Amino acid sequence: MRAYLSDRMGAALLMAPLLLFLVLAYAWPFLGVVKWSFTLPTPGLGQYNALLTDELVQSVFIRTLRIAAIVTLVSVAAAYAITVVWVRGTPAQRLVAEFCILVPFWISVLTRAFGWVALLSNRGLINTWLQAIGFISEPLALVRNEFGVIVGMTHFLIPFAVFPLASAMRSLDDRVLLAARGLGSSRMRTFWSVFVPMTRSGIIGSAMIVFVFSLGFFVTPAILGGGRSVMIAELIYLRIFQSPDWGLGAAISVVLVLFVGALMAIMFRFVRPKQLI
Amino acid sequence: MQQPGRAAEIKAIGIGKSFGSFRALDNLSLDIGRGEFLTLLGPSGSGKTTFLMILAGFVQPSDGRLFSDGIDITERPAEQRAAGMVFQGYALFPHMSVEANIAFPLKVRKKSAADIKRRVGEMIERVGLNGHEKKLPAQLSGGQQQRVALARALVFEPGVLLLDEPFSALDKGLRGQMQAEMKRLHQETGTTFVFVTHDQSEALALSSRVAIFNHGELLQVGAPDEVYDRPANRFVAEFLGEINMLPLKGIRSADDGATGLCEDRTVSLRGSANGIGSNAILAIRPEYMSIASEAAAGENGIAATATNSTYLGAATRLDLTTRHGAKVTVSVPNEVAAAALSKGNSVWLTWPAEKGFLLPDGGR
Repeated sequence: MRAYLSDRMGAALLMAPLLLFLVLAYAWPFLGVVKWSFTLPTPGLGQYNALLTDELVQSVFIRTLRIAAIVTLVSVAAAYAITVVWVRGTPAQRLVAEFCILVPFWISVLTRAFGWVALLSNRGLINTWLQAIGFISEPLALVRNEFGVIVGMTHFLIPFAVFPLASAMRSLDDRVLLAARGLGSSRMRTFWSVFVPMTRSGIIGSAMIVFVFSLGFFVTPAILGGGRSVMIAELIYLRIFQSPDWGLGAAISVVLVLFVGALMAIMFRFVRPKQLI
Repeated sequence: MQQPGRAAEIKAIGIGKSFGSFRALDNLSLDIGRGEFLTLLGPSGSGKTTFLMILAGFVQPSDGRLFSDGIDITERPAEQRAAGMVFQGYALFPHMSVEANIAFPLKVRKKSAADIKRRVGEMIERVGLNGHEKKLPAQLSGGQQQRVALARALVFEPGVLLLDEPFSALDKGLRGQMQAEMKRLHQETGTTFVFVTHDQSEALALSSRVAIFNHGELLQVGAPDEVYDRPANRFVAEFLGEINMLPLKGIRSADDGATGLCEDRTVSLRGSANGIGSNAILAIRPEYMSIASEAAAGENGIAATATNSTYLGAATRLDLTTRHGAKVTVSVPNEVAAAALSKGNSVWLTWPAEKGFLLPDGGR
């Protein structure tokens, strides 16, 4: 009993610095933001009322949800394919997959965003090549729009989508797949009606992580959207730093945090935190 | 393995399998008869499971050919062989209900919904899973999961059912119950059963024939009483149950039967001893030996001293040492054991000639 208590105490002590840091650097300042949302410029629910009527804010919210949904769909699908190779491929295939997953992690989000600009802009590599081979005559609008934002965000988020999937695929019993084939099911059919459903918790976890991350993206949409495809985080930035409308910025922040919190709560009903690593 | 509803006849010729430098299976030739219940028996790593996986099509043999009903299926992929298979740990689809698990092989065969419903219903009835149709595997007990696995493997009427140590996870009582159930399913379906186990009593109890494996080699195939009473070598003799071994000298074949010298006494041997040489090991199962107070004329017997007894309920197990120092175990009625121990421990050990068999001296 004593050992158990001291173990728990030890664990609590080890966690304490992180908790303290989060409270001081995150929770406390956020309470300030909550306060602004009710007090600036005048005390009351005015800012939340404005949220409900401001067409700009609403269109940004809808765009953010749309981009997040598309990014989630594409990232999880791509990550699923990569993870299958990573977890079940030959040693050489695994190495290539691992490289594709880990290398983006070592490059800063800013560098990657500008990398995509270099690839996608009107005089970027892709448009230049396509024009050179005569496939197109006018450059395609690949960046400074929603398309560019989706490409950049998907690229950033695929590795995050991989880990919950890999964890689900690793814990899968191979004999069940053998059983399916032994019962007469083709490889294709086994994949779709046994393998995919058995990794369902991984798919949900992966989608939730990507979706939640996407909602708060700032750097990538700011650079690849070129101000034309503003997402929520950028809107908050604009309200705080450019048009001095701190109250509205704060109110948007509070709504975003509540929304993400609700999503996380739903997510943890489906998957255990351990499955996300 | 291709005609549904009809038991398959399988022929393996010179099957071998290497994993890198490890020879898992060597030059195995075996005929499995239509509708037979064949058990592959051996310790772990003996090659029995490898052979089962080759039969299923999950492992490609390095050498040899495999025929089913006369057709070469060596290269045929598992899903086209469609042998019913029950895995160790059952390998049920965890996301599907009992019903959906059993329906799976019929669905991939694109059977009509009505047909699937009827056959799944029949199968659920047959394995006694009524009332559990909508449950997920995780909500079932081990024995129930086992029944689902059997039902799923039999529902599409495969020519052969392959079972990989299906009872290893069950406790003893349930194991006996499932063994009886499997025997019944074998009789009802008439399908060829190939069953892998490392439990010799299970093998002897269930099978029409037993194939004994060791170190990737098939040592002997035969009916349970045949392999038990006439093992081909020492490994088979020892693996199938307890056995007493007595050194034998001066073996001679005569017109009226072979004889040998066991601890300086002449004993008669079963059949002919031609080709054995003059020295060998005489092996006798404990339950075939008995205890007597004195030597009877014309009966095989040697003197021994009882050293220890273990009461087993139905019988007593008696440990003895012969005059020449060989350790012998016999299983005798309880009162015989008590008498043997009370009589200064010195007894006469006898056995019928036809119950002893000869093993080569020393080697395996």
